Amino acid sequence: MVNVQNLHKKFNKNVVLGGVDLTINEGGIFAILGPNGSGKTTLIKAILGMVIPNEGDITVLGENIKKSADYRHKIDYLPQIANFPNNLRVKELIKMIKDLRGKTNEDKRLIDLFGLDPFLNKKLGTLSGGTKQKVNIVLTFMFDSPLIILDEPTTGLDPISLLHLKELIAKEKVNGKTIIITSHIMSFVEEVADEIVFLLEGKIYFKGSISELKTKTDQPDFEHAIASILTNNHA
Amino acid sequence: MLKILKYSFFDLMRSRWSYVYFAFYLLLGIVLLFLNHDLSKAVITLMNVIIVLVPLIGTIFGVMYYYNSKEFTELLLAQPLKRSSIFLGQYLGVSLSLSMSLILGLGIPFILYGLFKSSVIWDFSLLLITGTFLTFIFTALAFNIALSNENKIKGFGYAILLWLFLAIIYDGMFLMSLIIFEDYPLDKLSLAGTMLNPIDLSRTLILLKLDISALLGYTGAIFKKFFGTNLGLIISFFTLSLWVILPVTRIVFKSKKKDF
Repeated sequence: MVNVQNLHKKFNKNVVLGGVDLTINEGGIFAILGPNGSGKTTLIKAILGMVIPNEGDITVLGENIKKSADYRHKIDYLPQIANFPNNLRVKELIKMIKDLRGKTNEDKRLIDLFGLDPFLNKKLGTLSGGTKQKVNIVLTFMFDSPLIILDEPTTGLDPISLLHLKELIAKEKVNGKTIIITSHIMSFVEEVADEIVFLLEGKIYFKGSISELKTKTDQPDFEHAIASILTNNHA
Repeated sequence: MLKILKYSFFDLMRSRWSYVYFAFYLLLGIVLLFLNHDLSKAVITLMNVIIVLVPLIGTIFGVMYYYNSKEFTELLLAQPLKRSSIFLGQYLGVSLSLSMSLILGLGIPFILYGLFKSSVIWDFSLLLITGTFLTFIFTALAFNIALSNENKIKGFGYAILLWLFLAIIYDGMFLMSLIIFEDYPLDKLSLAGTMLNPIDLSRTLILLKLDISALLGYTGAIFKKFFGTNLGLIISFFTLSLWVILPVTRIVFKSKKKDF
């Protein structure tokens, strides 16, 4: 599905990714974890073509991403912080994205699901962080793409919306899609992820299932396993 | 690209600043014509305003739009769109809406005054054409500056400096050099110097079209000989086009290599 080879990226002199090799197979939920500044978002943005790597190759669905922008038709991306143009209305934004990406009827169902109806005519600048995130989720899930990338999807969501989000993710998994998630909420990751990748200082420290991580670190639960990686490395 | 252009254009058309800019030219046109009653004098006054104001507004709007639409740009970058079409679309959206404000704002009062029956219609058209060129040139330069500077304040600073340099400082240096080297034949140099600055070039083009080159003395005669001919006119418009094409090429080039 996604193949990353020897990916290097530095911003000025700050090395963010130092030779990442990663293969993500089709189907299932794949979590990218790591402390702040470990390069999670940079890795995702490199896959999306928003960050240009210094070195290395990325292929998505067998297509080298350097060649064209069309492969992004096959990716639904939920950006980390919902930064939308402030003077646009919710309705207009949804219409615009549909205009750019193609037709879909899923949006109505998602708007109902997240109770966004009263906000459709409001400007995006006036919305609260959580509501913006809901709009963000609607924009991401309204298309039917084989690859879904979610960067911190739980930010600002209330418990009900969080439940809806988990249901959406579970449904897409059943449909055989590949989902890549980054999150700092360990319980959320433990609940949904099939496989995890742990990034540390721009390199892959661990790749495998959660139970493998527990055995490797000799810890009873997931949260402590992650903590032990971090403490052992900073000691 | 056309879709991005459409969204940027309508986004700007709805913004208050486009109306202010439009209203300013409308007011200026009305005041000049209906209080002055002299079309050719009005054209000269307009030229003086346009030559300075259009580059300034183009620069400020260009930089401001780029920084303000950063979020919109990031949203677009994750969509299946080419980078060049995103940035060119935004650039054309800004330049076209600014040019529209200029052309409509000045055009309406002039048409009301009876421009079509007057002989200055060509002078007036030239004024609008150079104004549009200047808008496209300075918006492109502003986009270049904004693309190269992540820091808003720095970007604004450089943009204002660029305007100040081309609108005022360049002329000063040019004059100084003419005074210092006055013992040498300078007609070629002054021609070249005028050609290299889009603001000077526009001013010279309009002044010569208005047939007041006699006021410029000997240099005026040389300029008239050059710009008055078809070849001179073609070269001038070619230079103005070059001033648009080169920065736009850099926008495409630079945007391909930028991280977001």
